[in-house]
Amino acid sequence: MKQPTFLLDGMPVPFEEGQTIMDAAMAADAFIPHLCHHPEFKPQGSCKLCTVKANGRHVSSCTMQARDGMEVENNTPDLNDKRRTLLQMLFVEGNHFCPSCEKSGNCMLQALAYELEMLSPHFDQFYPDRPVDASHPDVLLDFNRCILCELCVRASRDVDGKSVFALSGRGIGKHLIVNAESGRLADTDFSLLDRAAHVCPVGVILEKRKGFAVPIGQRLYDEKPIGQQMERLAARTAKVEV
Amino acid sequence: MLDKRKIRLATTSLAGCFGCHMSFLDIDERLLELIERVDFDRSPLTDIKHCGPCDIGLIEGGVCNAENVHVLREFRRNCKVLIALGACAVNGGLPAQRNHLDLGQCLQEVYLTGEGLVNGQIPNDPELPLPLDKVHPIDEIVRIDYFIPGCPPSGDAIWKFLTDLLDGRTPRLGHPLLRFD
Ligand code: SF4
Ligand code: SF4
Ligand code: FES
Repeated sequence: MKQPTFLLDGMPVPFEEGQTIMDAAMAADAFIPHLCHHPEFKPQGSCKLCTVKANGRHVSSCTMQARDGMEVENNTPDLNDKRRTLLQMLFVEGNHFCPSCEKSGNCMLQALAYELEMLSPHFDQFYPDRPVDASHPDVLLDFNRCILCELCVRASRDVDGKSVFALSGRGIGKHLIVNAESGRLADTDFSLLDRAAHVCPVGVILEKRKGFAVPIGQRLYDEKPIGQQMERLAARTAKVEV
Repeated sequence: MLDKRKIRLATTSLAGCFGCHMSFLDIDERLLELIERVDFDRSPLTDIKHCGPCDIGLIEGGVCNAENVHVLREFRRNCKVLIALGACAVNGGLPAQRNHLDLGQCLQEVYLTGEGLVNGQIPNDPELPLPLDKVHPIDEIVRIDYFIPGCPPSGDAIWKFLTDLLDGRTPRLGHPLLRFD
């Protein structure tokens, strides 16, 4: 039987029954921008960066199952404009001061901003007040950069079996919390060996005493734009990222 | 022979560290090529104190005090094209890291109550511009036409952007020139 395929910007992409557009695109080494998606975890479809137009309708490619003969638009000026706007909103909602961020150069939010040529945050800055949590001996939490992707939530709950992290509040008040009465990471059983310690796509969950081991300018996305790294992104697993 | 009119370029540093201007000088010998095509108006390079009518204005730094606002407005009034140069102009940058602190308390601690201070005094010379409650990116004060991010943007990035503009192309920074750090 012929393998089902869909068209991604006119290119035929084969898929297995039940696979999402994102999974099939990743397997075919075709880049669809994404932030909250990670091949190891159940997709949740919250950041909307991966929005594509499938048979004329906007859908999240990380949650939408591929169908035979589907026509999917991905890399179009219209979709990329919308994605850039989403990025700009994420930037102004937090405090993203890249020059002093340990994640700079390894950060997916920043790498996508480069990829989509985001030159300014466009919207007025919120400058929220979000104190850091430096209580844990091995890990620093800098909430200023959290984009609420819930990868740490999913990893801690589904892989580590600890549920150290959760999101609390609604709308603009939504924020990441630590599951301890004190709210401090030191008062949980969180450890550097946890999967959740290594999944944050931005600079929130940072290992202490490891700052700037690789100089700025020689990092992951300094070397090659994220759009040319789909193979690596598809291969992200616990082994590779620890 | 008809002399092609030279482009007038003004530059200034507001709440910045002059790093972007240093980076601008990093275009090195290309500066000679540049001055074939542009005349500098107000700029730390000329020491002209006020901006006259210009084609391009480059602004380094965000806005942290009343004087910054005046200078920025003077540039907007006079420059056809106004460019935010560097992280601080684009999003507030390092100076904006004080935005979650209370300004009054900051001044108190630095000048009055800080460790080891005796007979401190908060500077109040009328010549000193009043600090703003918060530091702002320049596009929150006036309209900005282009942005060159980076802390600082490299000399190559500045050169690419300016030459694109001078040659009538849409200025573009791709990999590896587009950087936020
Ligand atoms: S998390 Fe990413 S975008 Fe935010 S400050 Fe760090 S490097 Fe920049
Ligand atoms: S801390 Fe990182 S992984 Fe967790 S929700 Fe925030 S951005 Fe996502
Ligand atoms: S990657 Fe699909 S919604 Fe975030």
